[in-house]
Amino acid sequence: MELLQGLSFLERGIAAGLMIGLIAPVVGAFLLVRRMTIISEGLSQVTLTGIATGVLMNQTMVWTEGINPLYTGFFFALIGSLVVERLRTVYKHFQELAIPVILSAGLGMSAILISSSGVSNTEWFNFLFGSIITVSAGDLLFIFIAGAAGLMILGLFYKEWLSISFDAEFAYTTGISVKWMNFLFAVLIALVISMSISVVGVLLVGALVTLPVASSLQLANSFRQVILYGILFGEGAVILGVIGSYYLNIATGGMIVVTGIILLFAAAGMKKVIHRCKRKSYLARLKEASS
Amino acid sequence: MANEKRSFAVEVTNVSFAYDQQNVLEDIQMNISKGSFLGLVGPNGSGKSTLIKLMLGLLKPDSGEIKLFGTDIKHFEQWNKIGFVSQKANSFNSGFPATVFEVVSMGLYGKVGLFRFLSKKDKQKVKETIAQVGMSEYEKTNIGNLSGGQQQRVFIARALVSSPDLLILDEPTVGVDQQSVANFYYMLEKLNRESGITLILVTHDVGAMTDYVTDVACLNKCLHFHGGSDDFAENKDSMMSKMYGHDVHLLEHNHDHHDHDHSHDHDHAGRSADD
Repeated sequence: MELLQGLSFLERGIAAGLMIGLIAPVVGAFLLVRRMTIISEGLSQVTLTGIATGVLMNQTMVWTEGINPLYTGFFFALIGSLVVERLRTVYKHFQELAIPVILSAGLGMSAILISSSGVSNTEWFNFLFGSIITVSAGDLLFIFIAGAAGLMILGLFYKEWLSISFDAEFAYTTGISVKWMNFLFAVLIALVISMSISVVGVLLVGALVTLPVASSLQLANSFRQVILYGILFGEGAVILGVIGSYYLNIATGGMIVVTGIILLFAAAGMKKVIHRCKRKSYLARLKEASS
Repeated sequence: MANEKRSFAVEVTNVSFAYDQQNVLEDIQMNISKGSFLGLVGPNGSGKSTLIKLMLGLLKPDSGEIKLFGTDIKHFEQWNKIGFVSQKANSFNSGFPATVFEVVSMGLYGKVGLFRFLSKKDKQKVKETIAQVGMSEYEKTNIGNLSGGQQQRVFIARALVSSPDLLILDEPTVGVDQQSVANFYYMLEKLNRESGITLILVTHDVGAMTDYVTDVACLNKCLHFHGGSDDFAENKDSMMSKMYGHDVHLLEHNHDHHDHDHSHDHDHAGRSADD
């Protein structure tokens, strides 16, 4: 903690960004193949409810003073994540229904809590759009703990999740406990969403989870490549975004996301170029063979 | 051989099952011998897939009991002994970014266990199994870029990689072209003969299947027939009309590419008579 406090605000921001840039694309890759990337949008709203609850608790109850709202945010995200998992089994044939339900619930409750909190608009603006310069030592500690826990369970259950995402029925017949794995995955999503809030904000969390894998999907051939390239694109967006926002003096969260979009276009362009080169060399070989 | 105590891969005893109020399976009694190649046939909605799901523990029977390799399914834990190729394998998300190697590796994930990764030996086994189904040159190819027949081979490899003693295939040839289907059946027959794997093949392709399997079971809510494939071939017409009703000819016209009389002479059918 002392070490973290010794860092400058910019160093703290960058450290937080790098951790998120590493883990968000990995989770994004699994969300992608499970066709539920949109879940991050719904859960970020629930996390906001949790943060608002945390802020309100700090204001009203003396004994909780000092609790970082990110922890309550994580707690709510976890509940939301489990509810989504449950809704997906209840509405088996309309799984996407879970998202608007959880999204509107989160947003509605947040509106009520925020309106009764009396905290300044600037602070809420930071929660909505993120603010890398206001990442406190406490925030950074939370991000590192959550990040380490997330990376650990990702490493441990990578193969089980991959098998389930590809074909849950088959995974079950190989003896993998699908229920347990889905529960752990819900925990992982909650960890990643809540740790990303302080840097890119509630409204932009989804971008950090989806944009890097959208880019890497353009170039990857295997699932392993989706993850590796995704991390490169994620870290690239964070680093370039932070640098850009520093020199242009604009909102960091927004800059990171816009950089992510630019990288996505770059990846799509690169795919076209690679495809064209391959085609050219193939045609050349064909010509050579026939002459 | 008759005195020898026969051991069974699957024992289904008085099993019934209903979805909501609708009976799908009624009092099914069926023992599947180790080393046999069973063709499980029946019309659409006859409960074939349901019976398979019960055997795999994906569904639980309303009454009766199921044993796998002599162990009650409720206590069965050696799932790596059982390979499964589902009907849905044909309709997986073809955009899934995974290579053939990655997909086949999934077959080992349950065996390797939690917290551990594939060892060198495991990876070698994956490569060997890919070779076994003749897909070596596609090892690094994206699964979505393969033809239906090739994908099906990959799914077989995924089921085979854990060296199962029992392989269950639920309509694996749907959406696969005729030539590939013939090769596919031949590959299964070879597996059964050379490795001694017990095979259960669910299909409504009654014609082609009978040339390759050793036993046939006919299902339509109840079990209508279970016996050697040559017994089945002899009584095929009466069996079919009992099971399918009046649409028999239409069905056979679509699926049966073999002349009935010749199918008896086929060496595959001849082999099963010796069992």
